[in-house]
Amino acid sequence: MVTTEGMEEEEKWLAEGIAAIQHNAFYMSRALDSDNLREALKYSALLLSELRTSKLSPHKYYDLYMRAFDELRKLEMFFREEDRHGCSVIDLYELVQHAGNILPRLYLLCTVGSVYIKSKEAPAKDILKDLVEMCRGIQHPTRGLFLRSYLAQISRDKLPDLGSEYEGEGDTVMDAVDFVLQNFTEMNKLWVRMQHNGPVRLKEKLEKERSELRDLVGKNLHVLSQIEGVDLEMYKDVVLPRVLEQVVNCKDEIAQYYLMDCIIQVFPDEYHLQTLETLLGACPQLQPAVDVKTVLSRLMERLSNYADSSPEVLPDFLQVEAFAKLSSAIGKVIEAQVDMPVVGAISLFVSLLTFTLRVHPDRLDYVDQVLGACVKKLSSKAKLEDSKATKQVVTLLSAPLEKYTDIVTVLTLSNYPRVMDHLDAGTNKIMATIIIESIMKNDTCVSTADKVEVLFELIKGLIKDLDETATDELDEEDFKEEQNSVARLLHMLYNDEPEEMLKIICTVRKHIMAGGPNRLTFTVPPLAFSALKLVRRLQVQDGDMAGEEVPATPKKIFQLLNEIIEALSSVPASELALRLYLQCAEAANDCELEPIAYEFFTQAFVLYEEEVADSKAQVTAIHLIIGTLQKMTVFGVENRDTLTHKATGYSAKLLKKPDQCRAVYACSHLFWVDDQDGIKDGERVLLCLKRSLRIANAAQQQANVTRGSSGPVTLFVEILNKYLYFFEKGNPQVTPAAIQSLIELIKTEMQSDATTPDTASDAFFSSTLRYIQFQKQKGGLMGEKYSPIKLFSFTCFDCTFSS
Amino acid sequence: MVLVLALGDLHIPHRAADLPAKFKSMLVPGKIQHVICTGNLCIKEVHDYLKTLCPDLHITRGEYDAETRYPETKTLTIGQFKLGLCHGHQVVPWGDLDSLAMLQRQLDVDILVTGHTHQFTAYKHEAGVVINPGSATGAYSSITYDVNPSFVLMDIDALRVVVYVYELIDGEVKVDKIDFKKTTTQNAN
Repeated sequence: MVTTEGMEEEEKWLAEGIAAIQHNAFYMSRALDSDNLREALKYSALLLSELRTSKLSPHKYYDLYMRAFDELRKLEMFFREEDRHGCSVIDLYELVQHAGNILPRLYLLCTVGSVYIKSKEAPAKDILKDLVEMCRGIQHPTRGLFLRSYLAQISRDKLPDLGSEYEGEGDTVMDAVDFVLQNFTEMNKLWVRMQHNGPVRLKEKLEKERSELRDLVGKNLHVLSQIEGVDLEMYKDVVLPRVLEQVVNCKDEIAQYYLMDCIIQVFPDEYHLQTLETLLGACPQLQPAVDVKTVLSRLMERLSNYADSSPEVLPDFLQVEAFAKLSSAIGKVIEAQVDMPVVGAISLFVSLLTFTLRVHPDRLDYVDQVLGACVKKLSSKAKLEDSKATKQVVTLLSAPLEKYTDIVTVLTLSNYPRVMDHLDAGTNKIMATIIIESIMKNDTCVSTADKVEVLFELIKGLIKDLDETATDELDEEDFKEEQNSVARLLHMLYNDEPEEMLKIICTVRKHIMAGGPNRLTFTVPPLAFSALKLVRRLQVQDGDMAGEEVPATPKKIFQLLNEIIEALSSVPASELALRLYLQCAEAANDCELEPIAYEFFTQAFVLYEEEVADSKAQVTAIHLIIGTLQKMTVFGVENRDTLTHKATGYSAKLLKKPDQCRAVYACSHLFWVDDQDGIKDGERVLLCLKRSLRIANAAQQQANVTRGSSGPVTLFVEILNKYLYFFEKGNPQVTPAAIQSLIELIKTEMQSDATTPDTASDAFFSSTLRYIQFQKQKGGLMGEKYSPIKLFSFTCFDCTFSS
Repeated sequence: MVLVLALGDLHIPHRAADLPAKFKSMLVPGKIQHVICTGNLCIKEVHDYLKTLCPDLHITRGEYDAETRYPETKTLTIGQFKLGLCHGHQVVPWGDLDSLAMLQRQLDVDILVTGHTHQFTAYKHEAGVVINPGSATGAYSSITYDVNPSFVLMDIDALRVVVYVYELIDGEVKVDKIDFKKTTTQNAN
């Protein structure tokens, strides 16, 4: 590294050099003012001598150079005005060669040369040729590069280009091209030589200096690209081959990388497309250390942008077989560079895939080909362990997902799952999650069983354990999130056609059954509901095809549902299973399949009896059973009786008395359905209500004994409301007298010392009484019905209206 | 003007993948003062989403909710109105207005919000108003056929509540509104 001490020295030398230039420039200016050619030449030579220094780094040398450059412009102007100094340009050209040292001599020669070409006293090509050869005299890299750069700068506008004033007989574009190419070649040689100019320990410093000089070399390519006369033909036949020849032969990594990139950036995309083979042919010949991946990526990116901005050139891409050539070039590079790490190869495939998706999105065969090449590369190694390479593979696989919003397109790529196979279990899951996210985000529907099969193959990392240790390591929250996303996915698998839908359901079932007990609670419900939706669709459709074997029938689906829900017993998830069985019973009821509905109820009851132990869970479960049973219309008397008997029996056996009471009066609804054909067994309704009343009483007494005071009268008020319900429905067993006595009972209880006062039940009772009053005042049939019921004055209850 | 969002029976992920996109774009955080949910979300992600809409979130337990600690019923006061919340699977017969009226009397509320049937209803009776916001995702129901996604927005202003019901029918959001006024006595008219 350059020490600060070294840097200070350099600053000192630079300052000295600048001072010397300024000093001599002053005298040169004076000489110019007095038209003194001899003096001007003398001082300009002295000035230019400062550029002979070896002590400055390129960065500082540039400073010195620019000052000299500015002074030489004044000199050039002077040279041009022959009447001021009386010397012909030809003589001048000869005269300046007498300068003592070679470097100043050559700078002056170039300056005069510029004037000479402008004068047109000799063909431009001759002068240019002479100059470019003379510059060979300087072999020191920094000095030589700046000298040649000077030559390039002053000759730029004097090239015999097409349509320029310097074009003529014998002076053609070819000459201009030759000149620039030669200058370029020499400059590159000098630039490369710098690398070997110092001891190995200063390598880093050298590379930095080289980097500072690179644009001087690259400029030549830029000039070439600007020459009007360089058309595609000339580029293809002359320019590119010669530039590439120099690039390959110089065998220098820094130069090769920079120049390849330069070529790509500087020349038009149209040319690249047409010379693809030649350009790509150079790649395997480059030094192994050259980052050819980046070069190729940038090329592909440029071509992609080209395709984006001018869609009309797409046929050209196909015509030159751009994809095939790029694909083959990448293959050759990977082959040639045996030491290239896997991550390098994969990132090449990523670049190629990006290109393909942008330029030929409709060519799925191309996309699949790229994936196939990747598979081949991955197969040559064992399991992928490098995390960078893994990341690249994920990028590779995500690209088609982003491009093709319809996941079904991605599912047709045969090599896609093969690439995924090479990922470790963890990354496989990450990829599976990305796939699911893509489907959810784009709201895509996967509508055939075949596609579902492929999809599940891709996401198998989430569906089941791929290796033994997988589930142990996963955080519980993450696992839930993962499985919930699979659950959501199941709703995107859908087909209007019942037969296909059934196939889809069967395919999904096959896969989730392999998921193990941890996953079933997440995956079984959505599948079950998918099946229930299908049942409903079949139910609503008109009739069967006479004589045709219909593959999808509600019966078949119910069989399937039974098996699916049964799997929950392995978890075990009894409460969930119970709910699902009840859902199925309702659906079977709607299809008028009595035996199937009965079977589902049986399953639900078995679970209730054997598995639901928690008392709170039992309360919910029994209410669900009662609620479902209440809606059943398909049962014959016997079946119905068995089930209602069981329901009421279990209701009375709940642990807590209030729960018993509520469940039993809920059962009263089992005997009264408001529909036209519904059961209306007034007696059994009353039995239930009376039973619940007894339980409420018992609850009060129990509270008395255990706590010294009875509980609130809420239960009684609830039962009263039920009495009113059935009274209004016209149950003859529910008489006004019964209601009246219940009202009295409640009043008595409320006034009793033993009762704990409770604002909630007071308010409840009040609003119930208000309701009765309201109904009485309605008049008509309802008013008549209620007239026997007497409500005494409200005065005793004023204190409860505290709000 | 106080806005109360009432919704429920989303059944995510058992019966639906997500809320309809059109609903999601309408439900913007910061515009609603209270959210009441009848239950059956069913997972924590849905709870968190509702929380982002409004921090004052009230939920009652549905029979499929993963979270078992939600209460069976809840009451709250907003302005001059007392609201009651309950999923509704506890009230047999399901969807029966008279039985729900009993629950309303029991909770002593002006507005009772329940779900379970996945069918939007708004019914006025002697003791008050019973509202069922339906299913916000249009989830399958054993009770109701052809469920359209729906939710309810209540605008409570002094003694008046305007109930807006948003229903997604054939891909379009249709809005309807119903007015309820409360008299100064404990009865609603």
